[in-house]
Amino acid sequence: MKPEPATTEPATAEPGTDESRTAQSRTAESAVAGPGTATRGTSEPSPAEPVISLRGVTAELGSRPVLRGIDLTVRHGEVVALLGANGSGKSTAVRTVIGQVPVTGGEIELFGTPRRRFRDWARVGYVPQRTTAAGGVPATVTEVVSSGRLSRARFGILRKADREAVRQAIELVGMADRAKDSVDALSGGQHQRVLIARALAAQPELLIMDEPMAGVDLASQEVLAETLRVQVAQGASVLLVLHELGPLEPLIDRAVVLRDGCVLHDGPPPAAVGQHALPGHDHVHPHAAHDAEPLRTGLLS
Amino acid sequence: MDILDYAFMQRALLAAVLVGITAPAVGIYLVQRRQALMGDGIGHVAMTGVGLGFLLSTSPVWMATAVSVLGAVLMELIRWYGRTRGDIALAMLFYGGMAGGVMFINLAPGGSNANLTSYLFGSLSTVSESDVTAICLLAALVVLVTLGLRRQLFAVSQDEEFARVTGLPVRALNLLTAVTAAVTVTVAMRVVGLLLVSALMVVPVAAAQQLSRSFAATFVIAVALGVSVTIGGTVTSYYQDVPPGATIVLLTIGAFIVLTVLAAPLNRRRARAAARAAAGDVAGDAAQEPAECAIPATRSATGKAGV
Repeated sequence: MKPEPATTEPATAEPGTDESRTAQSRTAESAVAGPGTATRGTSEPSPAEPVISLRGVTAELGSRPVLRGIDLTVRHGEVVALLGANGSGKSTAVRTVIGQVPVTGGEIELFGTPRRRFRDWARVGYVPQRTTAAGGVPATVTEVVSSGRLSRARFGILRKADREAVRQAIELVGMADRAKDSVDALSGGQHQRVLIARALAAQPELLIMDEPMAGVDLASQEVLAETLRVQVAQGASVLLVLHELGPLEPLIDRAVVLRDGCVLHDGPPPAAVGQHALPGHDHVHPHAAHDAEPLRTGLLS
Repeated sequence: MDILDYAFMQRALLAAVLVGITAPAVGIYLVQRRQALMGDGIGHVAMTGVGLGFLLSTSPVWMATAVSVLGAVLMELIRWYGRTRGDIALAMLFYGGMAGGVMFINLAPGGSNANLTSYLFGSLSTVSESDVTAICLLAALVVLVTLGLRRQLFAVSQDEEFARVTGLPVRALNLLTAVTAAVTVTVAMRVVGLLLVSALMVVPVAAAQQLSRSFAATFVIAVALGVSVTIGGTVTSYYQDVPPGATIVLLTIGAFIVLTVLAAPLNRRRARAAARAAAGDVAGDAAQEPAECAIPATRSATGKAGV
């Protein structure tokens, strides 16, 4: 075994504030500790252990370089937001982590294991960038969420405990009354809630979410932020791809901003400026080419 | 029930029931991943297998199975690697398969396109003892896969990207689906024919969707419908002089139309019940406004920033 990479690397921008913040939220939220506390963290990793570590990762999509050497570390218990304009490579970056996009160079480790040899997928919950949870055949909310539990179910047989975990995951996102409904009948925000419940069904230690707030109504945004708060309070690590910080801002420990496949900023979340700083600002606008006009998102300035 | 007195009718009915079960059972996963016409493509490829079977004087059923499994695997590989112009590659596979079938059967000693007809459109009354054995074995395999691995196949067909993160062997499961579909095509070949196989895989599922809200219910209704129409079509073709394959497919489409018409009032009643339940909730805590109705705070008049 080679030495722990975390000790050789420089620490995060402000490790002190990160630690105290997580500790604070943990005590504050311990009252709402819900399901999963007992089963989570079987190996009790040390707080500094990186759960995701990307070093010099490069990737191409159709021979066009999308990532040009990304360094990204998410430590245990940390909430990291991956920000950037359209086409900056943030979605590609998380898709390399889960192995959906092949890397052309660099190293990726999950829980200290090279991704190629990583098999313990039950520790990872993934929320892909989707506008719908539906397929070509009707399926109920419970059926869709159950597929997230397969990583913990041997041979795909769901036992009583598995069904209970699925039920709790649905309850956590406030969809218990729609559990038997077809996902076709849900709103965009409810679809996103179902996708998050599916990721939570395996009671993961690490959540990877690709634009969980895209096209989500206000009520669902609140539910999602609260769900995430509970997960973080229970010690989950989170990597989020976001367009802007929005209602999740108080949760985020660190922001990594990408531009043209390179890391532009790695540190405390940048403060929103301009219209984006106003409460209730809904970031909805048609996406022009990202370099058509000077960026005023407040994330890159 | 004099229909059961004839050995050929017993075999025909057995084959029909097995096809009625297996075709929708595989078809539901193809529909779910929006590859409804994959069965059609495999059917075209299987023609080459039938032709080869005649040319090499081996069983056309087993040869068709081998070739269509090969073709299905090839289609999966094209889907993985040939992202650009994958549809063109698939089209070439389809038409190549069909042309190969016609070529081989004409090269076979004493063979002509007439031999092909019974495989293209089905020939239930000529199903032989050995055909029934093959169909039973293959159908058992299909049922084992589609029921035994239903959760895994559901997950992969619903969201491939997510399934990969749950640690499922996505590629193996995709290949298994393709192989199972290929096997089903050859099972159904003698009953409805290669050109109509896809109808029995897709239409019962589409019809079942009109009534159901869950995957499990869709599966059960589609299989029940598949068995009903294959038995119905076989019996009809015994009493009336009509081709069984075409009768089965037309019955399936008829069932789809009837269910679609019936489903409209059913869905309306469901929607009304849901609305009533929601209204009851609101009456319970009328003070609490649903969050969707709350108007978000807008920017103040003094704000200088603008986009």
